[in-house]
Amino acid sequence: MAEMTYREALNAAMCQEMDRDDSVFLMGEEVAEYDGAYKVSRGMLARYGDRRVVDSPISELGFTGLCVGAAMTGLRPICEFMTFNFSILALDQVINSAAKMLYMTNGQIPVPIVFRGPTGAALQLSAQHSQACETYYVHGPGVKLVTPATPADAKGLLAAAIRDNDPVAVMEGELLYNVRGEVPDGEYVIPLGVADLKRWGDDVSIITHGKMVHVALQAARTLARDGIEADVLDLRSIRPLDVDAILESVERTNRVVYLEEGWPFAGIGAQIVSLIQEEAFDDLDAPVVRVTQADVPMPYAKNLEQIAKPGVKGVVEACRKVMYLPA
Amino acid sequence: MATITGIGTADDETEAAAAGLEGFSGDELQALLAEMLLYRRFEEKAEEAYAIGKIGGFCHLHIGQEGLAAGAIKPLREDDQVVTAYREHTQAIAKGITPRAVMAELYGRTDGCSGGRGGSMHLFDTAVGFLGGHGIVGGQIPLGAGVAWAIRYRGGDQICMCFMGDAAVNQGAFLEALNMSAIWRLPVIYVVENNGYGMGTAFSRVSATEMEARSGAFGIPAHTVNGQDVLETYRFFEDLAGHVRSGAGPQFVNAVTYRFRGHSMSDPVSGTYRSKEEVESHVEEQDPITILRNRMMKAGLLTQAELEAMDADARAASEDAADFADASPLPDPSTLYDHVYAEINPHGRLFLDGRSPHG
Repeated sequence: MAEMTYREALNAAMCQEMDRDDSVFLMGEEVAEYDGAYKVSRGMLARYGDRRVVDSPISELGFTGLCVGAAMTGLRPICEFMTFNFSILALDQVINSAAKMLYMTNGQIPVPIVFRGPTGAALQLSAQHSQACETYYVHGPGVKLVTPATPADAKGLLAAAIRDNDPVAVMEGELLYNVRGEVPDGEYVIPLGVADLKRWGDDVSIITHGKMVHVALQAARTLARDGIEADVLDLRSIRPLDVDAILESVERTNRVVYLEEGWPFAGIGAQIVSLIQEEAFDDLDAPVVRVTQADVPMPYAKNLEQIAKPGVKGVVEACRKVMYLPA
Repeated sequence: MATITGIGTADDETEAAAAGLEGFSGDELQALLAEMLLYRRFEEKAEEAYAIGKIGGFCHLHIGQEGLAAGAIKPLREDDQVVTAYREHTQAIAKGITPRAVMAELYGRTDGCSGGRGGSMHLFDTAVGFLGGHGIVGGQIPLGAGVAWAIRYRGGDQICMCFMGDAAVNQGAFLEALNMSAIWRLPVIYVVENNGYGMGTAFSRVSATEMEARSGAFGIPAHTVNGQDVLETYRFFEDLAGHVRSGAGPQFVNAVTYRFRGHSMSDPVSGTYRSKEEVESHVEEQDPITILRNRMMKAGLLTQAELEAMDADARAASEDAADFADASPLPDPSTLYDHVYAEINPHGRLFLDGRSPHG
C-alpha cells in the first residue's frame, strides 16, 4: 500500500495498462505536452512518446469518433475528456457508434474504449461546466459506467475499464483529484459491477456514487452524533449495477436515501428507486427519498451554487425523514 | 443495336470513347461490366422486394452510381478497409460481401451479413474489410479517420476508404476528421459520392463553397473524378490508393455521380427538388453501365449475345440472393440480448428491464 492522490492513482492505472498492452493509447485535449488539463497524465508523454500519448485538437466529436474507429479495428483507446461536459458534443459517437456497434454488427465489432474525465460540478464554474453526465451515458444500452470515489477505486476501476471489451465511461471529479488515500501496490484491478460498503450501519442506507460518497460519509458522521448509524453504499459501478448489494442493504435497514450529484428527472436515483420498489418493496418501512442537485441549471453565485448542490444537510434531513424523525 | 431494358439505350459511339478502354484487358472490362450489371440487378431486386414488403425500414438504392462502387472499391486490396454511409448495398458487394449475405440482411434474416440486426443501413463484414454501413450523416467520417489511425499506429500498409454523400461535408464531423487526418497524415481517402442532392436539397443551395474547395483549408489535396465513367474512376483510384499506401497522406475526392432513384424507397424519383427531365437526361446520357457497354461494343470487345448472357447472370445472381434471403431463418427471438455487450461481467446487472436472460 502506498498513499497517493486520486490523480496519481488514475495515472498509475493508465501506466499499468499501457505497460502490459501496446494497443492501449491515450488521446485527448492537453493530455501530452501540457501533462493533462488536471495533470492526470503527468509524465506519460515522456514515458510513452507521442505515438501513444496524443494531444488532440479541440474537436470532441472528431477525436471521439476517431478513437471509436481505432477501437473498431482492435486498438484500446483511452479517450480523455477535459470534462464530460464537453463530451456532450461527442454524444453522437458515444451513443450511435460506440454503444451500438457490437449489436449492429451482430457481434463482429467490439469497441473496447474508455471514455474518462471529470463529471459534475467543481466550484463556481457555472451552468455549462457543472453537470453530472452519468445519465447521458447509461440511458441506452451498450456503455458501461464506473464512478470511482477514492484513489484505490480510481486505480482498480480504471484498470478494469481499460481491460473490458466494451465501451466504459470512467467518471471522475475535479474535486476528487487531490483526495489522498491508500492504494494497493502492483497490478490492481477491481471488477466492474461490485459496489463497496464504505460505512456500515443498520439504521438507514445512503446509497450513492462518485464524489457524493464523501458527502454521504460526512452526513453519516453527523447522524452518528445522534446515535443513528447509516450504511453508506458506494455503487462504484452504475452499469453493471450491483443489485445484490443494494438489496442486502435495504433488507438490513429498511430505509433508503439515494444521493446523487445530477438532476432528479430520469436520474440514476430514479432507476435505483424503481429497482428497490420492484424488488424490495416489502423491506421498506418508508418511501425512498432522493437527494439531488436542484432542478435548475447550476448558478454561478456562490450562495446559489451552494444551495443548488446536494449537501450534507440535505442528506441528514432526508435520513431523518425516512426514519420519521423530526428534522 | 438492341435495347436492353433498364440499362439505357445505345447511342452513337465515338472513336474517343473506344480509346478510353486502354489499359484494360478484355477480361477486365467484362468483369467490371458484369459487376455493375450485378449491382443494378441486385438493387432492382431489392426495390421489388421492398414493394412487396420483404424489406422494411429505410432502403437507399445505388442505381445510377454503380460506376463509383466498382471503380473506387475494386482497385483496393482485400485487407484495405471501407467505411461508408447508408447507401451501401453495392459497395458491400464490391468489397466482397456476397449478394446473398447482403440481401439476407435487407430481409432481416439470420444469414445476413449483420445477422439481421443491422438492416439496409448497417452492412458489415470484417473478414472482407467492410466496416459499415452508418446511418447518421457524417458520423462515419471520424470512424474512417480512426480506422486509418489504427493502421498507422500498427505500421501497416493498408489504406482506409471512407465514403460519404455530398451533404455530409457540411457536418462538423467532416471538418474535424479532415483536420485530424491532415495533422497525423493518415492513410485515408475520403470519397464524396456527389450526386448533387442531400435528400431533396441541392448541394449548391446549402453550401457556401464548391465541393473541390472543402478540403483545401486542411491542406488535403482535392481531386475530381467522373464517377459515371467506371474506367476513369478505376484508373484514378488505383493510382491514388498506391500513393496513399506509400505515404502520401489523406486525400479528398469529389466523385461526380447521379442517383437515378429517389433518396430512399419512400421518396419519388423526381418531384419538387429535381425535374423529371433532369433525371431522364442523366439516365439517357450518364448511365455508367451504358457508357461502358457502348465503348466495349464499339471496340469489338462485347457482342450483344455476351451482354445478354452477362445480364442474365446478374439477374440470376440477384434472384438467387432473394431466394436465399427468403429461405434464411428469422433471427431466433432468444438472441435478442446477444451482442449488446462483448463481455457480460460476472458481477452486477447489465440489463435493467427485468426480462433479460442475463438477469
